[in-house]
Amino acid sequence: MGISVKNISKSYDKAKALENISFEVKPGELFGLIGPDGAGKTTLFRILTTLLIQDEGQATVAGYDVVKDYKSIRNHVGYMPGRFSLYQDLTVEENLNFFATIFGTTIEENYDLIKDIYVQIEPFKDRRAGKLSGGMKQKLALSCALIHKPKVLFLDEPTTGVDPVSRKEFWDMLKRLQQKNITILVSTPYMDEAAFCDRIALITAGKILQIDTPTSIISYFPKQIYKVKTSNTYKLIQDLRVFPETHSAYPFGEYLHFTSNSANFKEEDLVTFLTTKNHIDIEVLKTEPTIEDTFMELSI
Amino acid sequence: MKKENAIQVENLTKMFGDFTAVNNIFFQVGKGEVFGFLGANGAGKTTAMKMLIGILKPTSGSAQVAGFDVKSSAEDVKKSIGYMSQRFSLYNDLTIKENITFFGGIYGLKKSAIKEKTQILIDELGLHDEANKLVGSLPLGWKQKVAFSVSLLHNPQIIFLDEPTGGVDPITRRQFWEMIYREANNGKTIFVTTHYMDEAEYCDRVSIMVEGKIEALDTPKNLKAKYKVDSMNKVFLKLARNIE
Repeated sequence: MGISVKNISKSYDKAKALENISFEVKPGELFGLIGPDGAGKTTLFRILTTLLIQDEGQATVAGYDVVKDYKSIRNHVGYMPGRFSLYQDLTVEENLNFFATIFGTTIEENYDLIKDIYVQIEPFKDRRAGKLSGGMKQKLALSCALIHKPKVLFLDEPTTGVDPVSRKEFWDMLKRLQQKNITILVSTPYMDEAAFCDRIALITAGKILQIDTPTSIISYFPKQIYKVKTSNTYKLIQDLRVFPETHSAYPFGEYLHFTSNSANFKEEDLVTFLTTKNHIDIEVLKTEPTIEDTFMELSI
Repeated sequence: MKKENAIQVENLTKMFGDFTAVNNIFFQVGKGEVFGFLGANGAGKTTAMKMLIGILKPTSGSAQVAGFDVKSSAEDVKKSIGYMSQRFSLYNDLTIKENITFFGGIYGLKKSAIKEKTQILIDELGLHDEANKLVGSLPLGWKQKVAFSVSLLHNPQIIFLDEPTGGVDPITRRQFWEMIYREANNGKTIFVTTHYMDEAEYCDRVSIMVEGKIEALDTPKNLKAKYKVDSMNKVFLKLARNIE
């Protein structure tokens, strides 16, 4: 009773937003859609929450068909859209009450489910939603999406524009929710957040690149990666662009990640090349790919 | 050799009623430096940045940007800087060319100069096929690259970038940073905010703001050594909310 997506396609005029997307989310799974702006994540969420009808393909959520059974789905899913969509002129408590009432329940009835999150904003329950900080809005929106005890929770980029500390707190909250038997589909453009999911789909330009667990997905990276550093990063990028054996060279934190197009590549060759280009403090070391490396390699 | 400062901030404070959004901050940014301005949401980054670009008056303290005082010479400050943000950069309903012409005009460039700059910019970004397309139809990453180039049209000494890469795909995000490096290499000063901690590592120096104050300011290397961790992400987590 998770989510099943089969060959879903959707176009807007000529632009293809989703092209033949298929994946399964198991019941109780925390599944991440990882991809940048424009990947099609929001279109997919809108189809799965019955706000948009696909051009082709089928999808079920909690066992219900997204087209035929749209009314049932609406009762059984919680949806937190990317843009803050609560009533700015209602207070925190009024918003929560409103969503509870719409779904024919009360705050008291399902308080247990939201308690963890709601206690953090309860001291501000008489404040208008529009006057909350970003972090508090996010917690209220999540509380409202949960108040009817949904079986499946859809979170569209809940952490975009949120600082790293609040992001970590948010993922901790999701992990606790998962314990309460809720299936969660969450999207994010931050590749490092993939590690918090049970399984992820890398998505870009309307297509899924790969689906697997965060630890397995890096095994799709086809090459040995080296991390490279010298005293002048800008010059290093320029020089690596003209190095004949370069397959890819991208900044990754304090190092550049480099892969070679040659099967016989040796670290010394690169060190020699960089020395002739007058680099100093040269470091070339083998390293493991990250999910972001994998995403970039697969999306080229 | 003493480095010339592009930004000089002393005791800068901003109060909204009883609330101190920016609390007596102090820092300098050297000419040609890539300076990362980090902090949690609500730490006061945007308020501080608004004062530096001359659109918000400080309650007390002073700031010199490109040699001009933000209080007494706000208009000169605005002419000497470039600015782009994630939220507002270009007009979606104008084409790339029209945006360049529009902003060139705003910055007071002559028609001939605008024409010349437009050509250079489109060549550099390799956007010949897209030059007459509406900006709204472009992927976010391209839009941000164009916006960055547009913020450079009037040849400013300092460029302020407010979360320029939020949501941008990883490859374009890196191309964007290469543009930043290029400009810094040309002597421009870059003042940038970001929530991507790997990007914090690309900065020459980084400040971390917590509840209105600057809690740390140093090179990424020194910050990591000081807090005995191996990434800027961990430095940030330690400082911003004392989370291990």
